[in-house]
Amino acid sequence: MADKPMAIAKTQLFTENQVLRQVLGICSSLAVTNSMNNSLVMGLGLSFVTALSSLTLSAMRNIIPHRVRMLVQTLVIAVYVIFVDLFLQAFLPEISKQLGPYVGLIITNCIIMGRAEAYAQKNPPIPAMFDGLFAGLGYTGVLLIVALIREVLGFGTIFGINVNLIGFQTWTIMIMPPAAFFIIGSLIWVLSARAQKKAAGGAK
Amino acid sequence: MPQISPFIIFFASIITSNMILSNFLGMCSYLSVSSEYKTATGLGMAVTLVLVMTTVINWVVYKFVILPLEIEYLQYIIFIMVIAALVQILEMGMDRYMPDLHAKLGIFLPLITVNCAILGVTLFMVIRSYGFSQSLMFSLGSGLGWWLAINMLAAIREKLKNAKLPPGISGPALSFIITGIMAMAFIGFSGIFTIQ
Repeated sequence: MADKPMAIAKTQLFTENQVLRQVLGICSSLAVTNSMNNSLVMGLGLSFVTALSSLTLSAMRNIIPHRVRMLVQTLVIAVYVIFVDLFLQAFLPEISKQLGPYVGLIITNCIIMGRAEAYAQKNPPIPAMFDGLFAGLGYTGVLLIVALIREVLGFGTIFGINVNLIGFQTWTIMIMPPAAFFIIGSLIWVLSARAQKKAAGGAK
Repeated sequence: MPQISPFIIFFASIITSNMILSNFLGMCSYLSVSSEYKTATGLGMAVTLVLVMTTVINWVVYKFVILPLEIEYLQYIIFIMVIAALVQILEMGMDRYMPDLHAKLGIFLPLITVNCAILGVTLFMVIRSYGFSQSLMFSLGSGLGWWLAINMLAAIREKLKNAKLPPGISGPALSFIITGIMAMAFIGFSGIFTIQ
């Protein structure tokens, strides 16, 4: 069942979004979303790792013994995370410092393992790569939405550029941990309420 | 090595720098295994145990293998291997020598390998260059803090089981909002200890 890239894109970006519908990869989406810059870098890093690890694991899917599957997956993911980490340290040292341990924690991000298990295992390399890439981009999209809300209300800036022209009193709570929980929680709430309504409507 | 007393690190990692409420680590299992108080207690205990053991071993490995050989760029692979191997050994050993405890905690152990709190504590320890006693107290405090948070969430969710809720909120959305309120309450403690 090799799907078309466009179909994969639609499922992964909207209907089955990894963060909001599957509730995976939550740790980093809560932690880095207090600024747009960090979220963008984190999202692209994760997309890179998911795409390439899905590609690699799918290409190797027939030669990995079933029992050591998890170990091989973790190692492949760790190798790509090291690429991302070294790249960030070399070219974006500021952001690398701000993201701190969360770059290394991409290894334990459930999205990557989830895509490797659920899709790359059973599908040829190229669709697997698209699947991973779009799962990562769906994650990036959610991160950017949450970061937009938090950064505008918390700092009055977008990508560090001041947009607070009317002297709005910024809300410090928005850049603190609780706001991350509230915003992602509300987004999940809205989406699942809509999905329930749709399901109920379809049943009638 | 920063000059912070290990005891301050211990209390700070439970209260002001709680793994879940302020560092967002270990969310996956926190959300999925918190519907019952009893299972949450089991998972919390297992996480605390594994956290202390892996952090101590990773500290030794970092200090005596990674630093002398100058292979810092391989640290992620080495740390994750240590964690996976330790969990595997712990599970086999428990099965053999402590079957009671294994029956209680065994099902949680495989979950723990991919719990980001474990790797996260190790990476925080490396980034903040903690010494041995500091790392030990940091991991113990983080584990207990994680346990406290998951027990609180599980207790609240059990109370809410029969409550009337708006459509669509039950499940992860509700857990997020409860956790948000808990995190807000914990902000009240900020300033008592500072380690970050």
